[in-house]
Amino acid sequence: MATGQLFSRTTQALFYNYKQLPIQRMLDFDFLCGRETPSVAGIINPGGDGFQKLFFGQEEIAIPVHSAIDAACAAHPTADVFINFASFRSAAASSMAALKQPTIRVVAIIAEGVPESDTKQLIAYARANNKVVIGPATVGGIQAGAFKIGDTAGTIDNIIQCKLYRPGSVGFVSKSGGMSNELYNTIARVTDGIYEGIAIGGDVFPGSTLSDHVLRFNNIPQIKMIVVLGELGGQDEYSLVEALKQGKVTKPVVAWVSGTCARLFKSEVQFGHAGAKSGGDMESAQGKNQALREAGAVVPTSYEALEAAIKETFEKLVEGGNITAVKEVTPPQIPEDLNTAIKSGKVRAPTHIISTISDDRGEEPCYAGVPMSSIVEQGYGVGDVISLLWFKRSLPRYCAKFIEICIMLCADHGPCVSGAHNTIVTARAGKDLVSSLVSGLLTIGPRFGGAIDDAARYFKDAYDRNLTPYEFVESMKKKGIRVPGIGHRIKRGDNRDKRVELLQLFARTNFPSVKYMEYAVQVETYTLSKANNLVLNVDGAIGSLFLDLLAGSGMFTKQEIDEIVEIGYLNGLFVLARSIGLIGHTFDQKRLKQPLYRHPWEDVLYTK
Amino acid sequence: MLLFHRLERNWKEMARKKIREYDSKRLLKEHFKRLSGRELPIKSAQVTESTDFNELSQNEPWLSSMKLVVKPDMLFGKRGKSGLVALNLDLAQVATFVKERLGKEVEMGGCKGPITTFIVEPFIPHNEEFYLNIVSDRIGNSISFSECGGIEIEENWDKVKTIFIPTGVSLTSELCAPLVATLPMEIKVEIEEFIKTVFTLFQDLDFTFLEMNPFTLVDGKPYPLDMRGELDDTAAFKNFKKWGSIEFPMPFGRVMSPSESFIHGLDEKTSSSLKFTVLNPKGRIWTMVAGGGASVIYADTVGDLGYASELGNYAEYSGAPNEDEVLQYARVVLDCVTADPDGRKRALVIGGGIANFTDVAATFNGIIRALKEKESKLKAARVHIYVRRGGPNYQKGLAKMRGLGEEIGIPIEVYGPEATMTGICKQAIECITAAA
Repeated sequence: MATGQLFSRTTQALFYNYKQLPIQRMLDFDFLCGRETPSVAGIINPGGDGFQKLFFGQEEIAIPVHSAIDAACAAHPTADVFINFASFRSAAASSMAALKQPTIRVVAIIAEGVPESDTKQLIAYARANNKVVIGPATVGGIQAGAFKIGDTAGTIDNIIQCKLYRPGSVGFVSKSGGMSNELYNTIARVTDGIYEGIAIGGDVFPGSTLSDHVLRFNNIPQIKMIVVLGELGGQDEYSLVEALKQGKVTKPVVAWVSGTCARLFKSEVQFGHAGAKSGGDMESAQGKNQALREAGAVVPTSYEALEAAIKETFEKLVEGGNITAVKEVTPPQIPEDLNTAIKSGKVRAPTHIISTISDDRGEEPCYAGVPMSSIVEQGYGVGDVISLLWFKRSLPRYCAKFIEICIMLCADHGPCVSGAHNTIVTARAGKDLVSSLVSGLLTIGPRFGGAIDDAARYFKDAYDRNLTPYEFVESMKKKGIRVPGIGHRIKRGDNRDKRVELLQLFARTNFPSVKYMEYAVQVETYTLSKANNLVLNVDGAIGSLFLDLLAGSGMFTKQEIDEIVEIGYLNGLFVLARSIGLIGHTFDQKRLKQPLYRHPWEDVLYTK
Repeated sequence: MLLFHRLERNWKEMARKKIREYDSKRLLKEHFKRLSGRELPIKSAQVTESTDFNELSQNEPWLSSMKLVVKPDMLFGKRGKSGLVALNLDLAQVATFVKERLGKEVEMGGCKGPITTFIVEPFIPHNEEFYLNIVSDRIGNSISFSECGGIEIEENWDKVKTIFIPTGVSLTSELCAPLVATLPMEIKVEIEEFIKTVFTLFQDLDFTFLEMNPFTLVDGKPYPLDMRGELDDTAAFKNFKKWGSIEFPMPFGRVMSPSESFIHGLDEKTSSSLKFTVLNPKGRIWTMVAGGGASVIYADTVGDLGYASELGNYAEYSGAPNEDEVLQYARVVLDCVTADPDGRKRALVIGGGIANFTDVAATFNGIIRALKEKESKLKAARVHIYVRRGGPNYQKGLAKMRGLGEEIGIPIEVYGPEATMTGICKQAIECITAAA
């Protein structure tokens, strides 16, 4: 165990296991104290490296992130404090690794629940190698005006209230981290403030003990008096009693051991083992307070009198001329974080993104206000989810069913269409799933898959303008546009597309109105009179029936329908559906371990 | 020796947990074999309310063929001295012994509680009684051994030899020598090997305490007659396979009242900490304190100022419980505070230190809701309320408390970090001692 100062205004730490808040709190403290360098030199985040952006006052700084402890130590050889925010499972191993680094001197372990046998290994190593372990199960410690471990001392307001931004004359050590804020405040009220405060942690065997730190404080000239807050249980306070008795502590010590109320509880039945013969009274708060008092510490009669005891001890030092008046400084204002300022209602900031279809902030995600659990419990299907996320409303069951049928019908159309072909070629080039999928999707447009959207647009326009099928088809012809949704490579007037028939049957049975579809059929009747292959195809059927769905369900205004048709919802339906097939083709090619595709020369016309 | 109080406060967090004798012996038998390749002839069976003796004797055939010993397995000692051990019985007699005592309350060292678990073992007539004890200490482990073990161990304490093995040092014959030097040559090697293996097992299984008092020799092999163990339950994540299905029973004699059980149930369900123990149901000073360290100090202070007899309870909430948890918790506390009004004043101390990052106003919401609900009961019991708290957003929290006093017409005094933490304990005492 080191004998004097552990920290200074230039001390830098390595922070293990990235946690944004405690690091930012350390940097804010640095800024408050007027430190020139941030107290965190580097961050170790197992498995990741790069930089983390944090604030140092008003400025943003980038703190290097390393993936391994030895790399971080090599990069920052003057950082001699290791602040370990690892979980209880991995805290011991990472702490031992840190202790073994020649450049690390102090390791602070925050985790609660580190196995005792592991901590004992750390204690043994630290003792043998003159290193210091603070914790486990601690908030850490602070040297006023110089260096702060993690979350010690709470909010900036509290740090300012307790004048921890500049050194006082009191060394403080406690077991309880929770009570250290209270004592920082008490000490600031009745003395010139804290010089250094350490919480040793609540474990049976803390890495360093109350007496370790008291002896260290005794060697620090700026510390004029020492305050100790112990707890019942364990024997740690007795090493302090011994040190006091042996005259190793020359500065006044004010001590209190909490837990005097334990006698009010029925004490546990004697364990019956002889090893605990010495326990009992020795470990009680009363026993420890008595022993400390007899060894020469100032021990009040109750916690309530502790503040007065500290005050009196400090005033005696002042009277004796032992205290040099602290030069008061006004700490700089820490810029407030936007989030905090917004929360307190001081400022407002515009949002950059607006979202109206889903919300993941509550107990469970909601789609258009419907919680995920009811979606599952009420047996909703994919069609219902599409209704919620695309149309922001629950459509009647027949509509959801119709959407599902469309998706099933459009899911795939064999390997030869441009989308599937692209996907197959990409998959065979060894690309990943997403690349293969999107290379197929990218072919969707005016010539491939876009017909549903166009069919809906043109049929709607023609129907709404009361054009007869004749007027509609001929006007299209004049403009040189093929009527979308009409025509098939194979199907004929006397051999209709089965899929179209199924869709029409479903709609006739379930839809309240099928006026757009009827219009499309009239158009088909006219086009068939021109050529036998100009049948209503599946794109035309879906496009026209979708118009019926929107208009007939009574759930959309005219304006909404125009918008839906305009911004390409139907194309969305095709993209979604066909993704199923394209993913299938990707898996198919990968499963078949197909090699790189090369188009044969024979199939290319080379010409000038 | 840890006091009940600390176990109470930190039951969930306490690292060192006592295990039943049955489990100690089960772990010893199982892992002695794994670590040394040699088998110990240990046989033991556990009997509880749910035990079917027929089924048990099928699984453990020795129960029907051997003379047996039965005793409670309840984490308390001095069972022989208290007449709770029966020797040289057959299985039917064991069943009768158990039946007569199962669920019956006994008092041990001032703690009362029902006996729920027994251990049954072969009856082993013996002459030698050895003592072995291993305790984990800060910088190593100590091993104590004596040739004069058994119930008189404390009287023979001067015969106990102790060695200290620093962390990381292995137990060699040289280190072990002081323990076994005076043993007869015929058994010395066996016992030395036994101690070494038990020490390895102690470390391997994360024991923090292990004691056999006594163990004897059966056919030259060590056999623990009585055994106690304590495991470090924070090491459970490394040991769950080795430990098997291990039970960490609550300390004996901890019988909870319905309100204590209710809060214990809340505590088990949440990641925060909610503790409540009634010390004196007729007490006139009650506490409800945020934070583990602070809650102890509030109870201390009422006692240290001379009013321990008036302290109704110990209560702690910490680890950011949500509003609903605080509400349920505060309701139970308030019901106890206001029970059986007797016309005299009572004081409720709602205390706490300076919180690190907990939003004080938010945690007060649950308490305020409960206080509003219990307005008439609080008035009937003439409860005066004293509040002290600091930390994030404390001004808002304290203002709400002050506002509540005016709203429901109950005397509430409110302090922040400018006042000492326990000043309100003094005020509570003045309140209940003032004339009428």
